[in-house]
Amino acid sequence: MNFLLEIGTEEIPHWMIPGALDQLSKLDLLGAAPLVDATPRRLVVKAGGVPERTPDEHRVVKGPPVSAGEKAAAGFAKKQGVDPSALTKSGEYFEARVLVPGRRSLDILSETLPAAILAIQWPKTMYWTTKNGPRFIRPIRWIVALLDTQVIPFEIAGVRSGSMTRGHRQLGAASIPVTVQHHTEELRRNFVIVSSHERRHKIEKEAADLGAKIDAELLETLTFITEYPTAIRGEFDPKFLELPAEVLTTVMRHHQKYFSVESAPGVLAPAFVAVMNTESDPEGLVKRGNERVLRARFNDARFFWDVDQTKKLADRVEDLRKVTFHARLGSYYEKTERVLALVKELGGNDYALRAALLSKTDLTTEMVKEFTELEGVVGGLYARAQGEPDPVARAIYEHYRPVSMEDSIPETREGQTVSLADKLDTLRECFRIGMVPTGSKDPFALRRAAQGVVKILAEAKLEYNFHGLFQAELSDFMLERVQHYFREVRGFKYDEVNAVLATSRGTLADVEARLTALAEVRPTENFEPLAASFKRIRNILKQAEFEADGRFDESLLEAGPERNLFDAYQKVRTGIQDAGYRTALERIASLRPVVDTFFDKVLVNAKDPQVRVNRLTLLSDLLTEFSTIADFSEIVTAGEQK
Amino acid sequence: MDTFQDTVFKLQRYWADRGCVIQEPYDVEVGAGTMSPETFLRVLGDKPYRVAYVQPSRRPADGRYGENPNRLYKHQQLQVILKPSPEDVIDEYLGSIEAIGIDLTKHDLKFEEDNWEAPTLGAWGIGWQVMLDGLEITQFTYFQQCGGFDLDLVPAELTYGLERISAFLQNVESVYDIDWAPGVKYAQVRFADELQSSVYNFELADVDRLRRLFDEYEAECKRLLAMWPKYPDKCRFPAIPAYEQVLKCSHLFNLLDARGAISVTERVGVIKRVRDLAVGTAKLWAEQQA
Repeated sequence: MNFLLEIGTEEIPHWMIPGALDQLSKLDLLGAAPLVDATPRRLVVKAGGVPERTPDEHRVVKGPPVSAGEKAAAGFAKKQGVDPSALTKSGEYFEARVLVPGRRSLDILSETLPAAILAIQWPKTMYWTTKNGPRFIRPIRWIVALLDTQVIPFEIAGVRSGSMTRGHRQLGAASIPVTVQHHTEELRRNFVIVSSHERRHKIEKEAADLGAKIDAELLETLTFITEYPTAIRGEFDPKFLELPAEVLTTVMRHHQKYFSVESAPGVLAPAFVAVMNTESDPEGLVKRGNERVLRARFNDARFFWDVDQTKKLADRVEDLRKVTFHARLGSYYEKTERVLALVKELGGNDYALRAALLSKTDLTTEMVKEFTELEGVVGGLYARAQGEPDPVARAIYEHYRPVSMEDSIPETREGQTVSLADKLDTLRECFRIGMVPTGSKDPFALRRAAQGVVKILAEAKLEYNFHGLFQAELSDFMLERVQHYFREVRGFKYDEVNAVLATSRGTLADVEARLTALAEVRPTENFEPLAASFKRIRNILKQAEFEADGRFDESLLEAGPERNLFDAYQKVRTGIQDAGYRTALERIASLRPVVDTFFDKVLVNAKDPQVRVNRLTLLSDLLTEFSTIADFSEIVTAGEQK
Repeated sequence: MDTFQDTVFKLQRYWADRGCVIQEPYDVEVGAGTMSPETFLRVLGDKPYRVAYVQPSRRPADGRYGENPNRLYKHQQLQVILKPSPEDVIDEYLGSIEAIGIDLTKHDLKFEEDNWEAPTLGAWGIGWQVMLDGLEITQFTYFQQCGGFDLDLVPAELTYGLERISAFLQNVESVYDIDWAPGVKYAQVRFADELQSSVYNFELADVDRLRRLFDEYEAECKRLLAMWPKYPDKCRFPAIPAYEQVLKCSHLFNLLDARGAISVTERVGVIKRVRDLAVGTAKLWAEQQA
């Protein structure tokens, strides 16, 4: 049978819809596969091939013990609805074979759907009937639930399921009868395009035809903020092009959800593309309205720019005393002082110091108060306009980067240093007062800050000892981010990352060099077997609870495999001292035959305690000596994998 | 073309026809229509209520000496409370937009997520900003909590930005060019207030005196709150006057803030002081209603 569910709501926040659809695609429809889609006002699930009923089931029910007698058996048979003569015995007990009839899918779904709908997880929910009433993302106003031509009856928050839907708010009918087959067409007639794919395509095509520079994120937003999207083009006065492009595009994209238009790559045209949630704009009212709003916004921006220039960034440092960084961590003035000290500590030059001093002053400008997402960028633009040296302006401009894992790090050394110091300070201070991210709670975006630190340290190849920068709890937190970075962003295998991080600690550039060498040498024939042997050595030492005291007596070595191992070990050791990581690893791996022979022929646990200790010392030295690049015992070898 | 006051009349008529009490603006300074006791106190408890009123709302830090075409120290909100919110609340709201002369079939309408929160009032809600042709014309909120209480009769709050809507209807670029009444511009009615209030708020307000006033109003509110538990005839207890002390404190805080007199470390503390008073008064009011 064909199934249709439409949950009609008031407008759902666009960014939550894909997550809800993902959950609905796992809806239990008695074996049928749900197809899901949505507009801001409706979540739709369709499926074909829902069985009319679930199959009958034979079940064996265990009864009273045979010793309980005929009377008990009769009672049991009656209860199970079978003839007493049909009872069988299994060992000491009676048994009944019971037929559990299948149920109509309609009945099952009418029971399961309400809970399944309300089980959808949303980032933030509300109640609208009473405070103990059901919670959902926005009020549910209608429900269509059909199995072929029959309504699947149920009720949520006083709304009874039925076969009536609603059209577009302005253009559609308020009450539309639908069938499973004609749902999509009926809604289309009422100016609702149910398919998000189709809406996305319509926006993309129309906007591109009007010259829009397509922005994937904005496209997604508009897809889920409209039921019937139509793109229109508007213009603005070219005089506004005097404002920085960053400001113009921020106003257009983030505040007004418009696509920008370019006259040449990287050159803004005095135009925008807006996406309406309606069919057309025959009188040009929508175009005029949007142009008017944009003009006011741009005028504001120009006003802010002019007002802001009356006080230079350098004269705003004191004003930072009045801007809160965090209630418990004081003002941005204090933060600036700390960042300055950090930049100094990190060896930043005079440009970096100047940039650090001015880095937060744009928080006191009208422009940033209005367009908070432009913090840093505005500071950089103002610094340039006010005649600060170019490296200073650039460092301020880019000191918030990277803002995500995909974003690139600051390009200049000064920018990298200030960004690093800024993020380090935030991390240290927050951890100092116990503001540590837990689970999904990370209000100060510390994970992002930490990820930024890791990315800068690794990609700018900065010469700071990573572990020298962090203490205690923060150190563990950062280590996780380092693992995450090398695994998820750089694609190294998790055991390689663990092996390298388990050893002596240096700069992240060094970690990367060691990882690269390890990944290259790993597929060679000797490597994994040697790794297995190293693991064995580690276990032997652990079992013996052995602690080397540094004394080793070469004269106790037995000729043959033991002596050979020692000689080979000495040779490799001197051979790798100035070698690159890759050569070193290859040479270490070349020890495999002598190690193997040693374990084949030599008994570590010798009877003579002196010899035994000497052998353990040899193994311990070998392990320590060759674990500086990576701890091979962390490598998961073929034999260990499932 | 409708004047500013015509638009107000039409909205008031529209909501009066739907059972709203048409209240007058509250006569103590507030930062938003929500802070009027007609909203803040009335949404508490189990008595249904419908009210609409214009509320001049003061935001000292937003003053621009009358120089900015869109930004005002004191702007006019039309506030509607529908408690409980009816099932067709959005249709009713859209009807009000049609009532002021906007043919929605010719315009672009979007509901964009915008949840509202007022920490100083212990209040928050879920809702949208309603966008008409790219212009935010209304804030629509389902109250969830107020004065720290979960609300059982969920009210819908509609806050119309009257200057924006009028400027849109009259197609003018600056609020000061809006026709308030026939032949009378917004500037003639309000410019002096904007200029002078900006001068006072940013330049002349006596910080020490404002601080003393804050302390006095706070003390008065606390005194009343302390009397409540033993006050014999609960119906007579001045809960609303107690709340007015909270409004005074809130406004004084905004003035001090605009004056740049609140330090970072102090700020959190002062907000908490106002919040404690607001939540205390809400509790008292709720008990009085019960």
